[in-house]
Amino acid sequence: MSVDLEKILRPVDTPMKPYEPKYMLLASGEAVVVRQVERDEIPDLLKHVEPLLHVERDFYDVVAARVYSELLAHYRHRYQDQYVLAVQIDGELAAIVNGRQVTPKLGMSLHTLALRRGLRVGAHAFAAKMEYHIDTLGHDEVLIVAESPIGFRRWMIEYKLEKRFDIPHELGGVPSWALTRELFDRARSSLVVGRRPVPDELLDKAMAAILPPSDPPTPPLDPLAATRSMYDPTATSLMAQRWEMEGRSADA
Amino acid sequence: MRDVYVAGIGITTFTRLEYPLSEIASYASMMALKDAGVTEVDQVYVANMGSPRVNHQTALASAVVDSLSLMPAGAAAIENGPASGASAIKAGFQAVASGMEDVVLVAGVERMREVNNLEATDFVATLTHPLAEYIYGVTLPAHAAMFTRMYMDRYGVTERHLAMVGVKNQNAALNNVWAHLQQEITLEGILDSPEAMTNNPYVAEPLRFFDACPVSDGGAALVLVSEEKARELGRPMIRITGVGQATDTHAVFEREDPTDLLAVRKAAKDAFAMAGLSPSDVDVAELHDAFTILEIVESEEVGFFPKGEGHIALEKGETALGGSIPINVGGGLKGRGHPVGATGVAQAWEIVTQLRGDGEARQVEGARIGFTCNFGGFGNNVVCLTFVRED
Ligand SMILES: CC(C)(COP(=O)(O)OP(=O)(O)OC[C@H]1O[C@@H](n2cnc3c(N)ncnc32)[C@H](O)[C@@H]1OP(=O)(O)O)[C@@H](O)C(=O)NCCC(=O)NCCS
Repeated sequence: MSVDLEKILRPVDTPMKPYEPKYMLLASGEAVVVRQVERDEIPDLLKHVEPLLHVERDFYDVVAARVYSELLAHYRHRYQDQYVLAVQIDGELAAIVNGRQVTPKLGMSLHTLALRRGLRVGAHAFAAKMEYHIDTLGHDEVLIVAESPIGFRRWMIEYKLEKRFDIPHELGGVPSWALTRELFDRARSSLVVGRRPVPDELLDKAMAAILPPSDPPTPPLDPLAATRSMYDPTATSLMAQRWEMEGRSADA
Repeated sequence: MRDVYVAGIGITTFTRLEYPLSEIASYASMMALKDAGVTEVDQVYVANMGSPRVNHQTALASAVVDSLSLMPAGAAAIENGPASGASAIKAGFQAVASGMEDVVLVAGVERMREVNNLEATDFVATLTHPLAEYIYGVTLPAHAAMFTRMYMDRYGVTERHLAMVGVKNQNAALNNVWAHLQQEITLEGILDSPEAMTNNPYVAEPLRFFDACPVSDGGAALVLVSEEKARELGRPMIRITGVGQATDTHAVFEREDPTDLLAVRKAAKDAFAMAGLSPSDVDVAELHDAFTILEIVESEEVGFFPKGEGHIALEKGETALGGSIPINVGGGLKGRGHPVGATGVAQAWEIVTQLRGDGEARQVEGARIGFTCNFGGFGNNVVCLTFVRED
């Protein structure tokens, strides 16, 4: 007797309404498009997420590793009811958000990953994801967690999220916070922006290709390579440099 | 009094730096020592505002001396709020000018990103009056906002003027590889588009997000020497010609007119008098734009423009690169970042860079006279310096 295991292992996704794309201007004056990403575009995203696994600051490494695994599992049909939105500037990937539907009334926010810093693209992307849960999918509330302090500021503080500490979040089992419809309505005028429909030329550019981020977060630059004395309390590297300055070799 | 020269300068990138505080100071110092070509110093001053509280480290100057093997140089840390940097330069100046020391290393450093933003804001607020201000929750953005509101009412400064300073300085930082912010912004994006209020929300009305400097880590350093030593080292002869420092009431409400920054006026006047210069002689200036309003007001108080006309000069482009008095061409605190204890030294670093002609894309053509204003507290402790290129 043959068993098609794939039929058992592959989750059957619940049909979910698509996210209607929107656009807005950033502080830089650049126009960004927020749109839903189809499953076959996931490999393009993975390429740009992978380098962030090595960025050991602001929890980029942790978040990127999780996003990578969630997107890959989504692509390979091992994630139930996940959706992914991308934020693009001239085609270039500026942010990724994802989440999933738990029940027709409950959403689970997964991640927000900004690939351009200093323009609130992460905040705009998060707002779009909440809009998708509350307005498009009709969820009453969305469960949320933050890995990083800036995430905490952006979500828990800016949206004044409610505690749902009795519910472990799917991300790491930590206590959840919730955005209710009422909280979202209160935040709408100040935090949620965007114009629809997206002009054709903007949308076409975004759909044509997901281009690599031009200025992605990188591992901490090392202007202080010589002073890595966090691991070298005797500061020998500094002394070595000093000796070199004096024309002496460190091992002389 | 002997003449005092800046023989070496050093800086780290201003950003988030995951290194021990003293090592950040040491790195900038090492660059400055290397630049000057000296390996031994008589005295070290390290400017810093928050190390015991934020970084759990004290006796910073002793740590720096040890990191750099500068023993047995004298060493002391200087804490004077956000004016710590220029206060340390003043101490170094006095040490050399008095004839007591020949070579003094002055470093400024802060590592504020070790704690989260809320704690960083609280830490900076500890400079306010403990009973009249701090206990009521007054933060520096709140102070600056009340001040801005009064200034707007009295002199016709608008949110557009503030945004213009923000755009000017944040975009100037694109020409400075050491600056924290490397992201262009536009008036359309932060003020005029339908999304502007979300891109650039009020932090403390009327001040918005892009009116404030970011929270940064970083270090900067100078090597101050006597004339004899300066000639021996053969670096460009840049002399500190004027030093002015003045104070004002701790609590802002006690001032007769809070829009009058008396300490800025007095510190600048004293620095210019000591140097035998007037504000119109200055080719390039660094003002303390922790909030955009401060650049406008300081540009008046130090004497570049009449009171109430700073924003008009800004509108005319007088304060931009290519204008009559370019201000904060390396980004200022707004674009370069504001690791508080490092700022006064970083301002001097920028001016020396300019007077040496090393400013590259941000170079003020033919700059020979520079000026810095390091603004501590909410204007209650201010240090101004003038620099002149002599060779
Ligand atoms: C959390 C996150 C999504 C927020 O993104 P965002 O809303 O686009 O945030 P921004 O990049 O606009 O905000 C931070 C930047 O603003 C800029 N900034 C801060 N203060 C500023 C000021 N006064 N003026 C101008 N710019 C300023 C800085 O460049 C800062 O970057 P820095 O921390 O490298 O110095 C993003 O930081 C991220 O992807 N982090 C890693 C993953 C993560 O933590 N995800 C969320 C998990 S809960």
